[in-house]
Amino acid sequence: MIAANNVSLTFATADGPVYALSDVSLSVNEGEFVSLIGPSGCGKTTLLRIIADLQKPSSGSISVNGLSPEQARLERQYGYVFQAPALYPWRTVERNIRLPLEIMGFSRQEQSNRVARNIELVNLKGFEKKYPWQLSGGMQQRASIARALSFDPRLLLMDEPFGALDEIVRDSLNLQLLKLWHETSKTVVFVTHSIPEAVFLSTRIVVMSPRPGRIIDIIDCRFPRDRSLEIRETKEFLAVAHRVREGLRAGHSYDD
Amino acid sequence: MTTEARLAPASGRLQSLVHGRSFPVAIIVLAIILIWYLAAIRLNASLIGEAAPGLGLRDFIGATWSQERPLLPAPHQVIAELWKTVAETSITSKRSLLYHSWVTVSSALLGFVFGSLLGILLAVAIVHVKSLEKSLLPWIIASQTVPILAVAPIIIVALGSLGLVGLVPKSIISAYLCFFPVTIGMVKGLTSPDPIELDLMRTYSADLWQTLWKLRWPAALPFLFASFKVAIAISLVGAIVGELPTGAQAGLGARLLVGSYYGQTVQIWAALVAAATVAAAMVSLVGLAERLTLSEMGVKP
Repeated sequence: MIAANNVSLTFATADGPVYALSDVSLSVNEGEFVSLIGPSGCGKTTLLRIIADLQKPSSGSISVNGLSPEQARLERQYGYVFQAPALYPWRTVERNIRLPLEIMGFSRQEQSNRVARNIELVNLKGFEKKYPWQLSGGMQQRASIARALSFDPRLLLMDEPFGALDEIVRDSLNLQLLKLWHETSKTVVFVTHSIPEAVFLSTRIVVMSPRPGRIIDIIDCRFPRDRSLEIRETKEFLAVAHRVREGLRAGHSYDD
Repeated sequence: MTTEARLAPASGRLQSLVHGRSFPVAIIVLAIILIWYLAAIRLNASLIGEAAPGLGLRDFIGATWSQERPLLPAPHQVIAELWKTVAETSITSKRSLLYHSWVTVSSALLGFVFGSLLGILLAVAIVHVKSLEKSLLPWIIASQTVPILAVAPIIIVALGSLGLVGLVPKSIISAYLCFFPVTIGMVKGLTSPDPIELDLMRTYSADLWQTLWKLRWPAALPFLFASFKVAIAISLVGAIVGELPTGAQAGLGARLLVGSYYGQTVQIWAALVAAATVAAAMVSLVGLAERLTLSEMGVKP
């Protein structure tokens, strides 16, 4: 689904070049849930933005579904969930989810069907007519996930979508996201800085480190697809979490 | 307990009187009227000194407040003039202040519409074409540093020689003043969406028009209304200034000019009060439209 080969991105700044990404190679298969984890400045968001064609790499090649990122973007092949919900405040929940459908030219009837279906998918039934400021942070982020899913892209790119939420809300959203991934069989690339979140959700975890942004380790994570929060207490779970932490340590992520 | 209960409504009323809006406003109005009367005594005293020496204090003050051509007319004189020219004069008469107000307001409104459209168009162009911000914006700012009193006669005379007289030339002066706050406000408003809100549009591969219409425009509306409030007030100033060089046939500007020709200070002040009232009414209409639009858009109250 995604194939990145030796992708690098360098910013020129007044203090000399900043290496945001250096020689990153990664492939993501159809139906996978891949998490990118690392401290801030490790380039995980940058990599996601490059996949989404929101940023161009300085060198290296990358393909999304066999297309260049730009073509994939123009063909609306992915849905993107941002760190903040980025709901438009003058639109109700329903009309926010309708936004991409309006832009992509779906018929009115099809728009309404899809909005209703996706509102149900993220458990926001009854909140269709509410404005974003009337919802909690967790509900806002669910609405933004429904918006990303509304036009049914096969690839979902998520940039720390639950980073600003408290742990209890985050647990419940993780469960919902897992269920959603299980039901829709989307391919997901998920950026996070939470180790338990990454281990709980992923089929593979990509550990990254900063200065320059690079991949330290790629860890397989073979829990059954319909896992519950309880697996976080198991030995296997803790072993994977431990390996992620070791990877982060090896990348000097815990140094000052 | 019972005493408190009995006192509560009364003190509640007092509270709402002090903390409500009408009480502070009334205090300010009273203060202004008081200062106005005192200033009228001081300024008009010189008119009486020679004419009628030896007046008692009471009569002296009374005289300063009832001059036919005072330096500063007292409030009641202005109100009497307003009453005479608004209520007691037919609206079609050339002596009716309502007639003159309408002449000015109609060209101010036309200029406001012209100016706002121009301002919005310029802002949309500036936001979308980077080089325009550097090339166009300095000229837009320079246009407002030219004193309008100097430009107005040129425009009126030039358009007059082309056969354009009356409403349109005046409204062009209004538009000339109006477009500026609209352009500045809209450039700010159209660029107000967060980067991620714009990125979102990019992930949908939305075109420029969709991004403008579905994101930039609604995000800019609060800025637009703020600009409108400034623009509609100065559109009236533009229309009044536009009436001065034409030989003053009609309009509030004409009333001001005629008043100053003949030393009719009461008439000047009546026209000024009328202009201020009209401006306040137009600004509050914009405010009303703003509240309606923003509540329709679901903005948090």
